[in-house]
Amino acid sequence: MTVDRLLDIAVTINPGFYLIAAAVWAVFARGPGSRGVALLGGPALALLALLYAPASGTEITRSFFLGFNMSLYRPDSLSMIFGFGFVLAAALSGVYSLHREDRMQDSAGLLYAGAAMAAVFAGDLISLVVFWELTAVASVALVFARQTKQGQMAGMRYLLIQLLSGLLLMAGVVLYGLDAGSFLFADLGQLHRGVLIGMLDIHAPGGLLILAGVGIKAAFPTFHNWLTDAYPNTTETGAVVMSAYTTTLAVYVLARCFAGLDWLVWIGAAMTVYPVFFAVMENDLRRVLAYSTNNQIGFMVCAVGIGTPLAIDGAAAHAVAHIVFKGLLFMAMGAVFMRTGTTKASELGGLHRTMPWTTLFCLIGAMSISALPLFAGFSTKSMIMTAAHTPAMFAVWLMLLFASAGVLEHSGIKIPYFAFFSHDSGKRPKEAPFTMLLAMGLASALCLAIGIAPGWFFELLPYRSVAMAFLAQDLFTADHLLVQMQLLAFAVLAFVLLKRLKLYPTEQPGVILDIEWLWRKAAPAITGVLGRLAGRLGVWADKAFGRAGAGLISGSGQIFAPDGVVARHLPLAGAAIWTVALLSFVLILAMSSPG
Amino acid sequence: MNAFIDFYAAPPGLTAHAAPLLVIGPLIAACAAALSPSTRSAWMISVGGTIFAFWMALCLAGEVARNGVVNYYMGGFAPPLGIAFRIDALGVMFALLISGIGVMAALFSGHTLEAEIMKGKRRLYQSGFLLCVAGLLGLSATGDAFNAFVFLEVSSIGTYALIGVGVDRRALPAAFNYLVMGTIGATFFVIGVGFLYAATGTLNMADMSGRLATLGDSRVVEAGFAFIVIGLGLKAAMFPLHGWLPAAYAYAPSLMGVFLSATATKAALYLMARFLFTVFGPHLDFVGLFLTWVMAPVAGAAAIICSAQAIFQTDIRRILAFSSVAQVGYIMLGVSMASAEGVSAGLFHLFNQALIKSALFMALGGLAFNIKATKLSDFSGVGRTAPWTMTAFAIGTFSLAGVPLTAGFLSKWRLIEAAFAAHWLWAVGVIAVSSLLGLIYAGRMLETIFFRAPVSEERAGEARFGVLVPLWILAAASVWYGLDASLPVDLSTAAAQALGLAPAGAAP
Repeated sequence: MTVDRLLDIAVTINPGFYLIAAAVWAVFARGPGSRGVALLGGPALALLALLYAPASGTEITRSFFLGFNMSLYRPDSLSMIFGFGFVLAAALSGVYSLHREDRMQDSAGLLYAGAAMAAVFAGDLISLVVFWELTAVASVALVFARQTKQGQMAGMRYLLIQLLSGLLLMAGVVLYGLDAGSFLFADLGQLHRGVLIGMLDIHAPGGLLILAGVGIKAAFPTFHNWLTDAYPNTTETGAVVMSAYTTTLAVYVLARCFAGLDWLVWIGAAMTVYPVFFAVMENDLRRVLAYSTNNQIGFMVCAVGIGTPLAIDGAAAHAVAHIVFKGLLFMAMGAVFMRTGTTKASELGGLHRTMPWTTLFCLIGAMSISALPLFAGFSTKSMIMTAAHTPAMFAVWLMLLFASAGVLEHSGIKIPYFAFFSHDSGKRPKEAPFTMLLAMGLASALCLAIGIAPGWFFELLPYRSVAMAFLAQDLFTADHLLVQMQLLAFAVLAFVLLKRLKLYPTEQPGVILDIEWLWRKAAPAITGVLGRLAGRLGVWADKAFGRAGAGLISGSGQIFAPDGVVARHLPLAGAAIWTVALLSFVLILAMSSPG
Repeated sequence: MNAFIDFYAAPPGLTAHAAPLLVIGPLIAACAAALSPSTRSAWMISVGGTIFAFWMALCLAGEVARNGVVNYYMGGFAPPLGIAFRIDALGVMFALLISGIGVMAALFSGHTLEAEIMKGKRRLYQSGFLLCVAGLLGLSATGDAFNAFVFLEVSSIGTYALIGVGVDRRALPAAFNYLVMGTIGATFFVIGVGFLYAATGTLNMADMSGRLATLGDSRVVEAGFAFIVIGLGLKAAMFPLHGWLPAAYAYAPSLMGVFLSATATKAALYLMARFLFTVFGPHLDFVGLFLTWVMAPVAGAAAIICSAQAIFQTDIRRILAFSSVAQVGYIMLGVSMASAEGVSAGLFHLFNQALIKSALFMALGGLAFNIKATKLSDFSGVGRTAPWTMTAFAIGTFSLAGVPLTAGFLSKWRLIEAAFAAHWLWAVGVIAVSSLLGLIYAGRMLETIFFRAPVSEERAGEARFGVLVPLWILAAASVWYGLDASLPVDLSTAAAQALGLAPAGAAP
């Protein structure tokens, strides 16, 4: 009886809170057993809470903040699939990080996962903003966790960008909610074929601010540098954790708020294309993965912009699959980083001799991200490609196609080739620790499971029937397979040709000039000049006002300081005289009053 | 008061006698504490007595929410012959505040008395503290002018003794000073009450108010008024009659700092508001003149001058003490507007100040245990060695300076709104300037505590757990009421209505 009641209450709690509770536990956890409970028990509890979640669309509304209605837990099919992805990510990164005892990192990772999870299950804009900010705080802790000078600087830049995004979002939400009269999702938009998507109006006050705030987190073009700056600068686990949540959460918010917004189609298409060039040229393999994240998020943003049921399904499915295979790639690179201390392509090569398992798992991840048939990326990205394959969007479709070839180029071939094969660097590192291999193995199994038999996975998608129909009619048709295999074949050909002709640029160590140059070099230069000017002005002002200021300070000091005129200890007689004076004044005033 | 309308804290039989029990509870506890066998048992009695008083205050809050006013005639003798307790929304607000802070202070006292009071006097100290609580609670409950004087003296006599007993010898002259000034104040008050008795022939406040209305212009009444407001002004540390306060708060044992800063001046303010608005009424010319030409200017002067003084202090507790006088200025500024908005904003500010100041003094008192320090510079870098204590201190300081998302911000905001509504633009300016000064001294404290390097090798450890619990309750309340201020706003609005001030727009 009591147990039933407790369980009833337990399933009405936002599953993210279980992960946040585990994060608190992790702060105090000592020893492998206790850490294991936090790192694996938290995700397990959250998974249970997901399985037993209340019916879709149930609101658990509480009047809480300054009289506004808040809904801390509103599960529906869109939030379920993202929540599922986040649980997977939390569990995988938990296993992956078991080898190294770092309480701050454990806790920050769990908090990050919990906040992201809580955000996708929030049912109003205010709670969404709160959890959104919490993810930023947790992720900053991860960037700072790699305690190098470079890490610190990257952490500061990252922190600034995250705060900017949070501020924009908060300002937008306040404007929007006050104008609309409610912050609850249920009041703001209506269901599209049973799912609440695209609920905000971009033209309403605050709409653009919200899009800008989310856009920064989704790493829209020209705002993408925080991502390529921060991910390579964290610890091996940090990159795995970070790749899973921030951008995925942004995709969720875009789908929830702006699905069907046509700008997003073009923004997304642009996002898929331009990182390809940077990724091909980049030497640091973790940074290559960061660019490839950017490119993959582009596919999702584009799909969200298309906004048809199949496209939304594709965006959600690809987001979750991306968590798994990008996580897998980051795990493999993390293992390399841990064993060799570098992820620079020019310093690596030939590691397959001593790290065979890592090589195998990395290959599976690479094939998944390149959307090779029977691997995860194929099942999910095909949905997006099919949704974009309409006459009206032919240009977009071509851009996506080009980007797909690029993915294969930089993530599918380049990552495993330069790390594990290529020329022999002479490094003979040990194989990764068992827990890392276990995490990679689990992720690989998931990639294959989604790729070979996607039925169970499509069951979870927001528009289930659309996804199942796609699986039955389109996915494994000869036509579709042929296009994909052609693409892959030509990409491989291009790679081989470039290598043969020694045109492939990767192995030249160097720095790529990206937009970030503007705010890493130009902005400090400008502020430097302004600062020197201000310094001059300050010296002048110092002379001019110095005397006046000093006079004022010493004057007020003489008056107010403990032994000054006003505050000097008043003798009793003095106090009594004040009293009498005031009394006389009041007496005169009262007696002279008319009437 | 809507929050309490369905609030039944005790069975009806007990609730019926809650008014006298509110005062008698701590009074009996005071005797018991004096006779108790050990320091520890005296402390438990002290905690129990204050919790009982808080419970009774909650009972009264429910009754007042339902019935408006609770009248209780001692021994069944109706006024004007008998002594009556008359508790309305204003009285309940103060009873809740005094007893609530009393509980916190009593919890806090368990650990600090050992460090600050000589061994043989600790039980008596608790006894005096309870006496003081009883007196202040009686003040908020009584409906009789002379009875109010008695309660004022009961609390004051407790206070004089308690300030002087500590180990800090500077407390002795401070206590003597307070004794003389307080006695002058009480004497003035009783002289004023005497004048009123001569003019009206009654001591019951409600009765007195009715007869004054029919009396017309009377020199006797006017003289009585002058003596009463100046007498209470002394007790409430109305600028420039605040000379006794900084030393008394700064050098007294920390328990007194915690309790007095939150309640003593506030209770005198309560009585002043009671006389100004209930007994006399703002419609009388001399009351209006006093509010506009005496109270408002001195309140403004206090807010600015004492904030400036706080900036230049070197002793951290004197900073807080001068800040207290400045805050009394804010409260009086609100009261002197004589509008529902102004008075309720002032009372709201009073409520927040009580929470903030007791939290701040509590944090310092908790540390005094570890470092025998009073100067601000002695607290350099303490934030690193005592993070929990000093984080609570920082929250209190933020609220004191009026940082958004704290209670202090909301009450200042409402004061500014009320000043605009009353077209007192100069008051808006005063609040703005004084807030800036407040930011300076708050910033100075936080800078020293958190960002300076520690001065000595001696580590200032965390305050004891028994101190941290009440400290964090108070700090959390400051934040909570900064987010959801419905309870204090509710209380202060109802209190302003109980003073006969209808909000603008409502039917007169």
